[in-house]
Amino acid sequence: MTDTALFTYCMRLADDSAILSQRLGEWCGHASHLEEDIALTNIALDLIGHARELYTYAGQIEGKGRDEDALCFHRVEREFNNLLLVEQPNDDFAYAIMRQFLFSAFMHPFWEAMMNSKDEQLAGLAAKAEKEATYHLRHSAEWVIRLGDGTEESHNRINNALEFLWMYTGEMFECDEVVSSLVAKEVAIDPMSIKHLWDETVNTVLVRANLERPTESWMQTGGRKGEHSEHLGHILSPMQYLQRSFPQAQW
Amino acid sequence: MYTQALNNPAVEAGVEDEEKLAAFQARIDREEKIEPNDWMPAAYRKTLVRQISQHAHSEVVGMLPEGNWVTRAPSLKRKAILLAKIQDEGGHGLYLYSAAETLGVSREELVDQLLTGKAKYSSIFNYPTLNWADVGAVGWLVDGAAIMNQIPLCRCSFGPYSRAMIRICKEESFHQRQGYDLLVAMMKGTAEQQEMVQDAVNRLWWPALMMFGPSDKDSKHSADSMKWKIKRFTNDELRQKFVDATVPQAKVLGISLPDPDLKLNEETGHWEHGEPDWDEFYNTIKGNGICNKQRMKDRIKAHEDGAWVREAAQAYAAKQAAKKSAA
Amino acid sequence: MSEQATPLWEVFIRARNGMSHRHAGSVHAADAEMALQAARDVYTRRGEGLSIWVVPSAAIIANDPDEKGEMFEPTASKIYRHPTFYELPDEVANM
Ligand SMILES: [Fe+2]
Ligand SMILES: [Fe+2]
Repeated sequence: MTDTALFTYCMRLADDSAILSQRLGEWCGHASHLEEDIALTNIALDLIGHARELYTYAGQIEGKGRDEDALCFHRVEREFNNLLLVEQPNDDFAYAIMRQFLFSAFMHPFWEAMMNSKDEQLAGLAAKAEKEATYHLRHSAEWVIRLGDGTEESHNRINNALEFLWMYTGEMFECDEVVSSLVAKEVAIDPMSIKHLWDETVNTVLVRANLERPTESWMQTGGRKGEHSEHLGHILSPMQYLQRSFPQAQW
Repeated sequence: MYTQALNNPAVEAGVEDEEKLAAFQARIDREEKIEPNDWMPAAYRKTLVRQISQHAHSEVVGMLPEGNWVTRAPSLKRKAILLAKIQDEGGHGLYLYSAAETLGVSREELVDQLLTGKAKYSSIFNYPTLNWADVGAVGWLVDGAAIMNQIPLCRCSFGPYSRAMIRICKEESFHQRQGYDLLVAMMKGTAEQQEMVQDAVNRLWWPALMMFGPSDKDSKHSADSMKWKIKRFTNDELRQKFVDATVPQAKVLGISLPDPDLKLNEETGHWEHGEPDWDEFYNTIKGNGICNKQRMKDRIKAHEDGAWVREAAQAYAAKQAAKKSAA
Repeated sequence: MSEQATPLWEVFIRARNGMSHRHAGSVHAADAEMALQAARDVYTRRGEGLSIWVVPSAAIIANDPDEKGEMFEPTASKIYRHPTFYELPDEVANM
């Protein structure tokens, strides 16, 4: 049944948004200056919005009565299907910005293409998400440029982040059975069809930032199959603690 | 905001012109707003810088106790609400720093005063948030108390402060409501949830009453502030308003307030209440509250960890400006 | 305190088409693009705007309030600029 594929597909996208917003939420009250604190929270809020819509839709497709919170707060590490990229920690502001940039450079053309999906729900969400992703990309790209072409310290930090995070970018372009079956139905996006757009954005911004694009090397994989880095468990533990401790409670 | 060049506090040092002082007071008495470049007594300027920056610091430090629950919010909806709420507080800090800057101090100086312990912030934020209901109780009681304080400040005689307060007050009512809504949801829930609510209110009630400052008989700044229409009600008046508004809300919620002396005076229509523990209040102000040191440590860390980011942005801007002028 | 000050920018926002930009507040940012983004993130969180201007605060030239007399009082005596200065004959209902 395609429903299973569509459910899985929506859950992957929902998990990406939920986990990345959780990471961004960690900055709240701790950013380098007030203006940036507010900016990072705006991105987090957009992503929570995407996660809520996608989980809700996935729950409807599944038809077992699971709502957004059941799906977000009552699954274990191995059931989460987010990209490894979005679970990487906020080692410093450079990591957070580079992570956002590499992700948004993909999500921007992704949502744009999704606006033409045969699935009305996804197309509808895409119309809103595309605008938000455009801004996330603009904000993160401008910071990548400033950090790359700022001081020696900022250059080194953003370069370290780039070199570390690069191995997690390959996963965005994976196309397994779930994706290809939905691409055939014109519901999902073939990630390879937007690879050239991602490359173009990344290359342009890295040049302006005086950063060198890392050479193509081993790409990590596993997130879409629930095989994660050790970080995910530490994200889920606080995130799910109240729901797990008081399973009958409504909040 | 606007040209700082005209703000020259040095000019106003020393003995002030009696005539100017009288004209200034007359403007205040006519309910005219004072704008940044207008002549003002040095003490008026000083009071405002102290009060506005203290207010700004409180908004910013106030992000921390609620931020303590961002990663643990129990639903996606509550997480979004909480993030939006804390973000607003950051915005409030920003509006208020801007208002203070019109008086000729820079944000960098003001932040430095906070981080070196020279400036104070509201003692309420030195209490910990220990269970999820604290997030609701902060919204209901702490933002509720803040609103009582802030509404009269919308009419403050200093234009930029008054304008910042109008913007802030528009955003505040969402804060109190979301807090109360969170508590209502928990009171409809399990026995454990109800206990959390009662526990949070027991801990935060008295500190919320202390937010209005010491009793009028012990308050040293009130007289001048009242004369200058920076302040329009005394600490005790505002505290009473808050108690009167909150007691019925506690009834609806179905919780008790931890004050055995609380009773309605049928004649005045006011709720009489017990005296807050002022020793605890002064001790917290002195820096001995359970979270004082931690709050400062967190703010200093964010500031220091962010130094290279701010430097990078400035270095980039300088390079771009140099390129532009070379071209 | 050795930190260099980040420049201040004034933010003006047009709330709806057909209205002029109004002063909303200020932000700190190292350059114009960052100031624009900060203005968007700080001052339009509740759909308050359709268009934003940011202006370096230092670029605004203000009159000295002590010149209030020479600047603004001369207009007070020119009441003939206001339509209510003129009395219309009763027969003319509107003009
Ligand atoms: Fe506030
Ligand atoms: Fe608030």
